[in-house]
Amino acid sequence: MSQGLSPIAFLTRTRRPGRIGLTDILSWAWLILGTLAVLVPVVWAGLSSLKPAAEITRFPPTLLPRVAVQQTVPGFDAPLSLWTVNVDGQSREMAMIRRIGLKAQMVDPNNPGTPVSVDVKSMSPVQRLTVATENYTDPLTRFDFLTFLKNSVFVTFVATLLTLIVNALAAFALSKYRFRGEKAIFVLIISTLMIPLTVVMVPAYLVVVGVGLVDSLWGIIIPTIASPTGVFLLRQYMLTIPDELIEAARVDAASEFRIFWRIILPLTAPALAVLAIFSVLWRWNDFLWPLIVLSSRENFTLQVGLNAFQGEFSVQWNYILAMTFLSLAPVTLVFLFLQKYITTGIAGTGMK
Amino acid sequence: MSTPKSTDLGGRALDFVMGIVEAPINGFERLMGRKRMPYLFLAPNLVLFGIFTFLPIAIAVGYAFTGGTGLFVSDRPFVGFDNFRQLLQCEDYLRPGSCRESLFWTAIWNTLWFVGFNVVATLLVALVTALILNRAIAARGFFRAMFFYPVLLSPVVIGLIWKWFLDRNGLLNAFLQMLGVPPEIFLLDVGWSRFFVVVVSVWFHMGFYTLILLAGLQAIPKDLYEAAAIDAASPRRTLFRITLPLLGPNLLVVLILLMIRSVQIFDEAWVLTNGGGPGTANSFIVQYIYQMAFGSDLRLFGLASAASVLMGLVLLALTLIQLRLGRKMES
Repeated sequence: MSQGLSPIAFLTRTRRPGRIGLTDILSWAWLILGTLAVLVPVVWAGLSSLKPAAEITRFPPTLLPRVAVQQTVPGFDAPLSLWTVNVDGQSREMAMIRRIGLKAQMVDPNNPGTPVSVDVKSMSPVQRLTVATENYTDPLTRFDFLTFLKNSVFVTFVATLLTLIVNALAAFALSKYRFRGEKAIFVLIISTLMIPLTVVMVPAYLVVVGVGLVDSLWGIIIPTIASPTGVFLLRQYMLTIPDELIEAARVDAASEFRIFWRIILPLTAPALAVLAIFSVLWRWNDFLWPLIVLSSRENFTLQVGLNAFQGEFSVQWNYILAMTFLSLAPVTLVFLFLQKYITTGIAGTGMK
Repeated sequence: MSTPKSTDLGGRALDFVMGIVEAPINGFERLMGRKRMPYLFLAPNLVLFGIFTFLPIAIAVGYAFTGGTGLFVSDRPFVGFDNFRQLLQCEDYLRPGSCRESLFWTAIWNTLWFVGFNVVATLLVALVTALILNRAIAARGFFRAMFFYPVLLSPVVIGLIWKWFLDRNGLLNAFLQMLGVPPEIFLLDVGWSRFFVVVVSVWFHMGFYTLILLAGLQAIPKDLYEAAAIDAASPRRTLFRITLPLLGPNLLVVLILLMIRSVQIFDEAWVLTNGGGPGTANSFIVQYIYQMAFGSDLRLFGLASAASVLMGLVLLALTLIQLRLGRKMES
C-alpha cells in the first residue's frame, strides 16, 4: 500500500501529517503488542521443536536451541561435559569429572593428569547452537507420523477435488437454469449452514456406520464434500458469467455437460481457487469429525494422531512440538502466498 | 462445438477421462432432454446432503426418545421423554451436584460462563483492532494479516502450542521468574485454566471478527467523516455519534455469530485442558455430548442425542435472530 514512501515517512505517516498524537501512539502500541501476542507462542514452540530432548525441559529455558558441549578426555570412558571455569581469575574451558556438593572435580582436557577442585558457582556450561533434526525424523520413522501425514494429504487432496466438482455442478444448475423447485432447493442447501456438526455428530456417526464407512478415510471425506458455503460462493460467481456464452455454445450443439466443463468451469476459476483454499484448510485442520469416525491408528489423520500422541507421550515435548510444526507448515505457506484470496473470500461471504 | 485438442500429455489424459465421464451424462441428456439436466447436476450434492445432514437430523430426534445402548434405532426401546427428564431433573439448577445428570449441568454452567467472557473479550478486542486498522495507519495490510493468521491454524495445533507456552517449564513461567514471581502450573489450576481457555479462544478467533467488523467500517460513507471534520467534532464524538451507530447492525451480527460459535467450544479447549481438566472445570456441552456417545464404553446415544437436540434448539433460536437482523440490515 505505501510503495514509494521512504522508510521514515512510512513509519510516521498518520492521518494528520507532521503530528503524532496520543491516539497514534496507543494505536501502534496495541498493534505491536497484538503482533507479539500472535507470534510469541508460535515462535517459541518453533524454537523449542529444535531443542534436543535433554534441553527442552530445562528451566529457566534458553531462547535458542542449545546443547551442552561434550568432549572425550583420555583416561575417561564416557565423554565429559565442558564448562567455562574461573580459576585464579582466569577463565578456562575444563571438563567435569564429577560433582560433589558445591565443589566439582574438573580436569583440563589437554592435561588430563591433574584434576582440580572448583567452586560450582564459578562455572557455567559451554553450549553451542544446535538443531535437533531427530525431533522431526524420529516421529516420521519410529512412530506412525508418516502414516498420519499420508492420510491427511490423501483426505485433503481427494476431499478438495470432490468438493470442487460436486459443488460446482450444483452451483451451475442453480445459476444457469430455470426449473421447478429451483428456489426451494437453493434455500434447502443454504439452510444446512444452520446445522452445525456438533448437533448432528451422534446420528451422523450412525449413518457412517450404516453405510460401512466407519474407521475409513472415505468416512471423513464423503460426508464433508457437499458444502453450502461452496455452493453459495460458486453460484454467486457463476451468476456474473453472461448467458450469451451458453446460448452460443448450444447453437454449436454442445452438450450441457460440455458447456459446464469447457466454458463455465474455466471462467469460474477465481471462485474455485477461493473454495479450494478453504477446503484445503478445513480438511487439513479437521479434528472432531475424524476423532469420532476413525478408531484404528493406521487411519488417523495428522490432527487426530497429534492428539493421541500427546496423550501417550505427555513428556516428549520435543517430538510433539516438531509434529505440531509439521502440521502448521503447509497452512502457513498457504497463508503467506494466498493471504489476499483468503481475507477477501471471508469478507465477501462472512463464512469460514 | 469443436473441442480444441490439448497437446500436452496431462491435458490429453484429462480429455480421455472426461470423454468417459461425458458419455453417460450426454446419453441422459439425449434421453431426458435439456430441461432435466439441472436435476442431474444437483443430484450428487442433494444426495450427500440428504444422507449426511438431513437424515441425521431425523435420526437425532429418533435417538433422543429411545434408550438402551443399541446403535440402530430399530434396536432401541422407545422411552418417551425419559432422556430429557434425566437431563433436566434438578433440585437446584445453580448447583450441578444436586442434578441427576450433574455432569450435564456442570457443562452447561461452564459453557455459559465461557460464552459470557469469551463473547465480551473477543468483541472488545476485535472492535478495537478493527477501529485502529480502519485508520490511515502504516503497514495496515501486514497487521491485518498478522491478526488473521491464527484463524487458519488447526485447533489441535493451537491447543498444543499454548499448552507448551503455559507449561511448568514454558516461556510464561520463565518470564514470571524474571520478575520474581514463583512458577505456576496454570493448566492445573481451576481459575487460571478457565482464564486461559478464554485467552486462547480470543487469540484463535479474533482475527476473523476483526475482518468482518473492518469490512463494516469501510462501508461507512467517507463524507460523513469529512462533514464531522468540518464541524470540528472531537474524535470521541465522531466515534460515538457516527462510527458505532453505523456499525451497530454489524456488531449485532458479529455478536450472535460469536455466541453461536462459543456455545460449540470443544476442539482447542479439549486439547489444551487434556479433556476438560482440571477435574471438570473446563468441560463444555459438546464435550459432554462427545463423552456420553463416544468417550466411554457406555455409548449413551439417547442421552447424547437429547443433549444435542437441546443445544440445537438454542443454536436455532440464535440463528433465527441472526437471520432477522441480517434482513433488517439489508432493508
